[in-house]
Amino acid sequence: MQHPKSLDTLVGLFVVIGIGALFFIGMKVSNLASYSNNDGYTITARFENSGGLKVRSPVSVAGVRIGRITAIDFDNESYESVVQMQIEPQYNTLPDDSSASIFTAGLLGEQYISLQTGASEEYLTHNSEIDITQSAIVLEEIIGQFLFSDNEN
Amino acid sequence: MTYSHLGQNLNMITFLSVIGQSVIANLTKTGRGTLFLKQTLSCTFSVLCHPRLIIKQLFSVGVLTVLIITISGLFVGMVLGLQGYYILSDFGAEETLGVMIAASLVRELGPVVSALLFAGRAGSSLTAEIGLMKATEQLAGMEMMAVDPIQRIICPRFLAGCLSMPLLAAIFSMVGVLGGQLVGVTLLGVDEGAFWSQMQSNIDFYDDILNGVIKSLVFGFVITWISLFEGYDAIPTAEGVSRATTRTVVYSSFAILGMDFILTALMFGDI
Repeated sequence: MQHPKSLDTLVGLFVVIGIGALFFIGMKVSNLASYSNNDGYTITARFENSGGLKVRSPVSVAGVRIGRITAIDFDNESYESVVQMQIEPQYNTLPDDSSASIFTAGLLGEQYISLQTGASEEYLTHNSEIDITQSAIVLEEIIGQFLFSDNEN
Repeated sequence: MTYSHLGQNLNMITFLSVIGQSVIANLTKTGRGTLFLKQTLSCTFSVLCHPRLIIKQLFSVGVLTVLIITISGLFVGMVLGLQGYYILSDFGAEETLGVMIAASLVRELGPVVSALLFAGRAGSSLTAEIGLMKATEQLAGMEMMAVDPIQRIICPRFLAGCLSMPLLAAIFSMVGVLGGQLVGVTLLGVDEGAFWSQMQSNIDFYDDILNGVIKSLVFGFVITWISLFEGYDAIPTAEGVSRATTRTVVYSSFAILGMDFILTALMFGDI
């Protein structure tokens, strides 16, 4: 069978563009680029209420993302939410008296954990736990408090 | 009195037999289709050893469809950008435009619209080609020469269709996202950093993109199966081929939309 060279070239171009498009939506559109580093160390924090926090939500210090949440579990004994987060290995000088709070990005944005650094000389290491935590702000609770205090006045 | 009673019975029996005929005809067609698919799949290995056959079909099935896919993707993305911007700006959430465009393209519009276009552009031409080969007795001629038409004609086209569909859907999504960026960022002034970063933090590679690719693989499989079988099973006359071509487009579109609902429910829903 006769095969013109240009046909091969066009088919090759098609396949390359198609795979390139897949690569593009993988790297540029999705979070594949941030998947790559699975190393790093894990720390945990206990919250009274972890609100709308989700697995893979960001963990940030001073507004910079330094890790992601890897698991959210419920503790059967203390009735608390146990949040595990993975911190990237280059951020290994977080003081061990840092505190963790759950904030919301914008009015309707996703919730994330923000770490406030402490003053200790000791650093957080693998499997260490953050003691000082501040729960997520639940809008209904605030409204309830507001109405309650209004009644008292 | 007894006579008219008998006539009613006869009418009833004719009515039942019409239903029965159509059910049996549809069932035999499904059976033929399944056997056809089995025969086609059993040739896969020997065809993979002759990649030249597939390359030639990749050209007519894939490369010639790229243009329509690219242009449609561009316009779908641009329309999504416009409409999304108008709605989201009511809530002051223009920054999430990128997420909206990318999520709807990657999850739904990319696989589905490109599959519908593929069925119209490539599926119908496959049916017409195979149907005409049958009408002009080329398939019978091949069999006379001890060349298996399924292996020589059908299977390469089948593999080419299955291969090119995910690539076309990926091209569609990519061009769509770029078109959305063109309208959203360049024309309407959404912040470029927010557009891309919100997209990246909200679109998951495994949940969204791989599921989209799986969808388009399934669609490619179903479309090429339907169109090849309709051509192979067509009544070998001009009218028969034209009807088969129409059926290809109609059945493929139904199959795409129905399968899309089922796949979406399985992948993203909690059903």
